[in-house]
Parts: sequence; structure tokens; C-alpha cells
Amino acid sequence: MNLTLKVWRQKNSNTPGRLETYQARNLIPDMSFLEMLDVVNEDIIGRGEEPIAFDSDCREGICGMCSLVINGVPHGGHRGTASCQLHLRHFKNGDTITVEPWRAKAFPIIKDLVTNRSAFDRIIQAGGFVSVNTGGTPDGNALPVPKTAADLAMDAAACIGCGACVAVCKNASAMLFVAAKVSHINLLPQGKAEKDQRVLQMVRQMDSEGFGNCTVTGSCEAVCPKEISLSFIAKMNRDYGAATLKGK
Amino acid sequence: MSLDAKIPDGPLAEKWDKHKFDLKLVNPANKRKFDVIVVGSGLAGASAAASLAELGYQVKCFCFQDSPRRAHSIAAQGGINAAKNYQNDGDSVYRLFYDTIKGGDFRAREANVYRLAQVSVNIIDQCVAQGVPFAREYGGLLANRSFGGAQVSRTFYARGQTGQQLLLGAYQALCRQIGLGTVQMYPRTEMLDLVVIDGHAKGIVVRNLTTGEISSHAADAVVLATGGYGNAFFLSTNAKGCNVTATWRAYRKGAFFANPCYTQIHPTCIPVSGEHQSKLTLMSESLRNDGRVWVPKRKEDCGKPPASIPESDRDYYLERKYPSYGNLAPRDISSRAAKEACDAGRGVGPGGLGVYLDFADAIKRLSESVIRERYGNLFDMYEKITGENAYQVPMRIYPAVHYAMGGSWVDYNLMSNLPGLFILGEANFSDHGANRLGASALMQGLGDGYFVLPYTIGNYFVTSKQPKPSASHAQFKQVEADVRAFTNRLLSIKGKRTATSLHRELGKLLWEKCGMARNEAGLKEALKRIPALREEFWKNLNVTGESGDLNQSLEYAGRVADFMEFAELLCVDALHRRESCGGHFREEFQTAEGEAQRDDEHFSYVAAWEYQGADKPPVLHKEPLVYEAVHMSTRSYK
Repeated sequence: MNLTLKVWRQKNSNTPGRLETYQARNLIPDMSFLEMLDVVNEDIIGRGEEPIAFDSDCREGICGMCSLVINGVPHGGHRGTASCQLHLRHFKNGDTITVEPWRAKAFPIIKDLVTNRSAFDRIIQAGGFVSVNTGGTPDGNALPVPKTAADLAMDAAACIGCGACVAVCKNASAMLFVAAKVSHINLLPQGKAEKDQRVLQMVRQMDSEGFGNCTVTGSCEAVCPKEISLSFIAKMNRDYGAATLKGK
Repeated sequence: MSLDAKIPDGPLAEKWDKHKFDLKLVNPANKRKFDVIVVGSGLAGASAAASLAELGYQVKCFCFQDSPRRAHSIAAQGGINAAKNYQNDGDSVYRLFYDTIKGGDFRAREANVYRLAQVSVNIIDQCVAQGVPFAREYGGLLANRSFGGAQVSRTFYARGQTGQQLLLGAYQALCRQIGLGTVQMYPRTEMLDLVVIDGHAKGIVVRNLTTGEISSHAADAVVLATGGYGNAFFLSTNAKGCNVTATWRAYRKGAFFANPCYTQIHPTCIPVSGEHQSKLTLMSESLRNDGRVWVPKRKEDCGKPPASIPESDRDYYLERKYPSYGNLAPRDISSRAAKEACDAGRGVGPGGLGVYLDFADAIKRLSESVIRERYGNLFDMYEKITGENAYQVPMRIYPAVHYAMGGSWVDYNLMSNLPGLFILGEANFSDHGANRLGASALMQGLGDGYFVLPYTIGNYFVTSKQPKPSASHAQFKQVEADVRAFTNRLLSIKGKRTATSLHRELGKLLWEKCGMARNEAGLKEALKRIPALREEFWKNLNVTGESGDLNQSLEYAGRVADFMEFAELLCVDALHRRESCGGHFREEFQTAEGEAQRDDEHFSYVAAWEYQGADKPPVLHKEPLVYEAVHMSTRSYK
């Protein structure tokens, strides 16, 4: 099969970018979307030009590195699917596909389709952890955790930190990402001691990074490759409200 | 140069405790005077960087990804072993130790493996305290499942994303230290060389991947936790970015490389679908708890829909050949059995390179919803890649390169023969012998980083009494110049072939000649063709773009250049080891039943190779493997 691509090319963060058109030929439906870009890049290098820069690493939907807006939707709009897991069998021969980077003030473009998502790391650094040092921890079974709590915490912890939730949001809000980490830890007994501080500090950092506010449109949940539930935002708001009322 | 593994004296079970007491300590107030560089932020790197910073050392941590959370440990699915005996099924530190030594085909260092089994229990406690959401029973206690090569249930897990959750635990501990200012983090930064001054590792030279800037970083010790070399084969279950560069450049600076021929081929991966394939995806070994592996008994049935092949015409070959372990036979053995079936023309799917992993019986016995609960995300992943629903038709799987048991040589303290250079996790050779058991890689990565290095590194600082290094030392300037010259050389060839096409050719050659089965003629042929391909690389490579910018083709070309050299050492090691053991199967050395035949008399040693310069054969150093507690037996899973 053959496809026409319109790809965002931008030399660096200071140079304006534009969409360029490329023909992708001799493709097969079993290829992944990124393998298709590999094929296009081989052609581009063959012509002596610079290939399209895009992030990817594990290519199995777990590292969170890949980050393409495909036809206007982060990761391409297939339920629970990261860009690297999207296969060409979902496209038709002759389709024209637009490929763009994440777009958000807090995720500046580095080059082409590559953005800087360090803001997420700084939010975790602000409180997305349990303050335990290595060693001296009690036996793993000393503190039973109800299965329902452990399962719910795991649902939240499945977040891969890709940033699709920010990229799709009309406000470029990071609420789903932050809520997933706050919920994961706050739902577990191990996270209780720092529960209030954690949510306050992480939200403060989120705001200072320039992410927008949440208006609960739910687009984040719809594009999340790990299908993180919007209800975690409600949980975070509850934790945040409680912490604020306590005057922390 | 003689190899001293520095294994402590005394009975096996007491070595580590005694050693911990004998190690010299750094006073808490003095720890901040020591700088440590950690390269890599996976399980081993992140856990080491966080733990060292907690102790008070000044830490710099480097990773080539955009965030330390992306390291490929994140993709480990199945679980982590620990000798907790929570299931009351007869597990113990000694049993985990014994299973691991036996699983490694008696080619691992006894004292290291025993220590690994000892610290395994601390790892689980540590991770639980960090908030890792392990699977739990209804009573709230931790759940376990079974993995290959063991007859007890000792694997802790978090759905099919155990690596992700353990890595996020270590990443969060690391983030806490970054926030406290005790760790300086350098993402999108790649180590391009090691700096050695007066025989001690004193720092690294790195390239900022965003700006292309080359810079030097000096430290009192350098820790490499940079993963394995599986991507030498081009197609593997490793992430695209995984590479051998850090340990290879250390090798070129004098750090010995041990047992490169021990490469793990994992039996359950999704088969290759075409020439475009950029990587392979693993289907967790945990699936073999409930899935049954089979191929048709007759060649002529291979093209038929699996459901139309009656039970009597199926060969459940693992259950037939290894009745006591069945579908949970260790990885090397299961992979070879799959190859054997396919070589006999009984493989299924395109090209006959696949076997079935069938859940029909388990679904009948337990219901589809139970199977969905256990493995739902793996079935989804399979469907995304193949377009097939494995609840209805059996999965098709085939072996693929997965893990490197070999790696930089280290002593009991995890220090290389180059003083001041420590190597952790998959990047070192130490704990898995010739074959790694499932759920043991996570255990080793975290064991090294949380519970071994924090004890041993201080002893080096106290006993070595080295002067404080400075990045303005002439040696750093020299290495920087070398790195710039290397980068410019890659950019200036302007040939006709991309790094991908050359890498793919190298990988194919290695897979054919040094893959699941090797023989003398094939290895000798590979040793002729690799230098020729390397020459082609340096004559005909085409890297576009410039060095002062984000340039992914340039990064990649540098990694391929190292694979081109490393591949030769891999084959040299495989050729010299005239026996079969674990993942190293030499066709000339097998039993009448086709099982691996070890030669303990001549080969029970670690092969540590020393670099002698480009185009000169490396020198072999042997570290004899002495077993004090276990008896070296022929491995049997029948």
C-alpha cells in the first residue's frame, strides 16, 4: 500500500516549522506506524536529506517515549493504543495522513516531532514518591493492602507518562497525569503519611510549569494509551480539597 | 594481569555478612566529598543513584532517553523472584540460589548468586514500602505466580507490567533525590567514552543529544548500568535505543568483557512479519503457566487452521520431552525445542517459523474472564501487533534475542578490573551464568543497585586513596578530542548505505551463525564476514545532518559502529567455548537426545577478554569457577 504523509518539520525550537509532504510507498498492513516512518526516513537519507526526527524506544507501548499527533489525535485515536502500537492495517491505500508533534506550552518542540517533556519529571520530583530510604523497611506482608485498593492503585500506576493527555486537551492541562500519580500513591497505606503534602506540592509544580486548568471534557481519558480513568481527577480534587481545608 | 574475584572466605551462607563487616566505611560527614557518576537509569542505575545519594554521596546520573523513567527495564512483564516462601511451598534462600545456579548451567559465580538470593527478600520489602502496587490476594497479602525453571511459586508481579512498576518505584526514589538536589540528572545525554587516569576510572565524556555539545564529567567512581547488547542482532526484544556503547568503550579502555557468547534467546516472542520489522515483542513467560505449546505432528497439517487439527495429531512437545517441568521448562531449553520443531518442518504461520501457544484448555478449565484477568494486557498487545484474537485462536510464537548474560567482568564488589569502575545489572556478567531464569533480571538489577553497590563502593573510596579528579586534566581533553574525531568521521563518509541497512545485515549474520545454535564452520565464516562488513560500514556509511544539533542518525551510527566491533568478540568467544551450555549451543557438543553437553573439565571458567587494540586478537583471561556448596550436575528438567 501507499500513503501520503504531511509531516511537521522544524529545525529547532527557535525556527518556525511547516508541514512537508512525503510519499510513503511499498508498505504492508502488518507494519507499525513507526516502521512506516523508518521506511520513509531511509528514502530521505538516500536523497541526502535529514530524516524526520521522532521519539521512540521500546516500541511496545510501555516506555511512553513515542508521541505523535496522527490526523489531529494524539497516538492516532485507537483505543488504548500508543503510536508505536498502531499498525497500518487501520489505514487505507492512498490515505493522506498528517503527523505533528505534541503541542503545549509546557512541552516545547526540540526538533520536528520531538518535544521536551521534562516538566513531567519535575512534577514527580515535587512529591510523586514515598519518602523511604533504601533498607530498614518492614516485611512486605507486614501491612496487608486490600485487593481492591491495590488493584485501583495499579490502574492509576499504569500511566506511561507520554503526555497525550496534555497534547489533546484544549487547555493543555496535565491533570490526568498528575492525578494518576497522586492516586496511585495516595490509595495505598504506604502513601498515607505524606498524602496531603504530596497533592499540594505536585499541583503547585504542575501550575508553575504552565499547564492549563481542567474543564473536565474527558478528551484525556479518550486518548490515553493506558485508558487511565477520569475518575482519578475527581479523587485528586478530593485529596486536594481535604488537604487545603486542613490548612496544610 | 590476573583476575581476582575477591570472593570472601568462609561458608557460603556467611560470606556476604562477613564481607559487609570487613568492608571499610566512609564516615557519614565525609560521604559528600565523593562524587559518583551513574550511567543509565534503569532498575540498576536508578536504584544505585537514589541509594548512593541517600547515603550522602554527590551523584550525577545520565541517560540517553528524554526521562529516566523510559529505561528499558520498564518493558519487563512477568515478575521478580524472591525467596520469601510466602506460599509455604518449600522455598528458601538456598533453593532460589540452587535454582539460579542450575538454571545458569553451572557457569555463574557461586558466591554472587547466593548473595543475590539473600537480598531478594529485601528487594520486595523495599518495593512494597515505596508503594509498588504488587498483585495481592483477597486477604491483602502479596500474591505469587510460577516461572520457568522453578517448582515453587516465588514470582511477585504487578499484572503484566512488573518491570514498569519496579522501575517507577526506583525512578520515584531517584526523583526524590533530584528534588533534594543530591542527584544531578542529565537526560538526553549519551556517554561516549570512559576516562582512565593512572589506571583508575575517573570520569566520562558525554554528548548532549539535543545540542550536540561534547563535555567531560569527573568523579571518584564511575558506575555503568547500561543494559545488555542484544541489539547487536538488530532484531531483539530490546528497545530501539539499547546499545553496547558504554561497556564497549570501557572495554577499549581496559575493562575486561566476559562471556559475550551467553546470549538469551527467549522462547515466546511474536514472530517476524517481514523485512520492515524494526524490533520484536516478547510475550511474557508467565503465559506458559496456562498456555500449552504445540505444533502439528505431521508436516502436512501445518497449513491447516489449528482448531481443525484433532488432539491426537498435536505434539505438545515440551510436555512430552520434559514431563516434570512441562511448558515451564527453562528458556534456553524451550527455545531450542521450538527451533527443532520448526527445523523439522513442523512450524506454523508464515515461513514455518512459529509454534502455537494455546489457551483453549485453560479457558475451558478456568473461564475466559479468569484468563483475561491474568493476562489481559498481553492478549491485547498480541492483538494490536498481529490482528488476531488469542482467546479464539492460539498465539503464534517464536524465539528471539532477549537478554545478555555476558557483560563486563566484575569482581564480588561489582568492580571491574579497572579500579573505580563499577558495573551493575544486565551490563555485568556476574549472576546468570549461561542462561537466566525468568523473573531474575529484575531481581539482579535492583539487588545490585539497592543492596550491593552502596556497601562496596565506600570500601573503594577508603582503600584506594585516589587524588580528587578534575575534568580539566589533560586526559579528559584528549578523550574529548577523540570523541569529536569519531563523530566527525561518521559524518564525513557520505557513502551510499544507511546505518540501519548495515546494522540489519550484521544482525542477520549473527542470528544465522551465532544464534540459537552455533558451529565451528559457521562461526569461522562469521569471523571473516564481520570485518568485511565493518570495512563496508566505514567506507560506505551515509549519515546526514550535522553534529551540533539533535541528530538521531548520528547517535545511531555511533552505536552501530560499536556493534560492528562487538559482534566479532561475540563470535570469538562462541568459537573458543567448545562445549554447549545454557544459551550457548554448539551443535558439535550435544547428547544423543540433542541436549546441551557441557565440558566441565575444560570450560568451567569465566572467559574474560582483554582488548589489545584495533585489528589485534583479544587476550583471554580465565576465572575458574569453583563450586564449594553445590555439585555440578547435568541439568535435567525431564
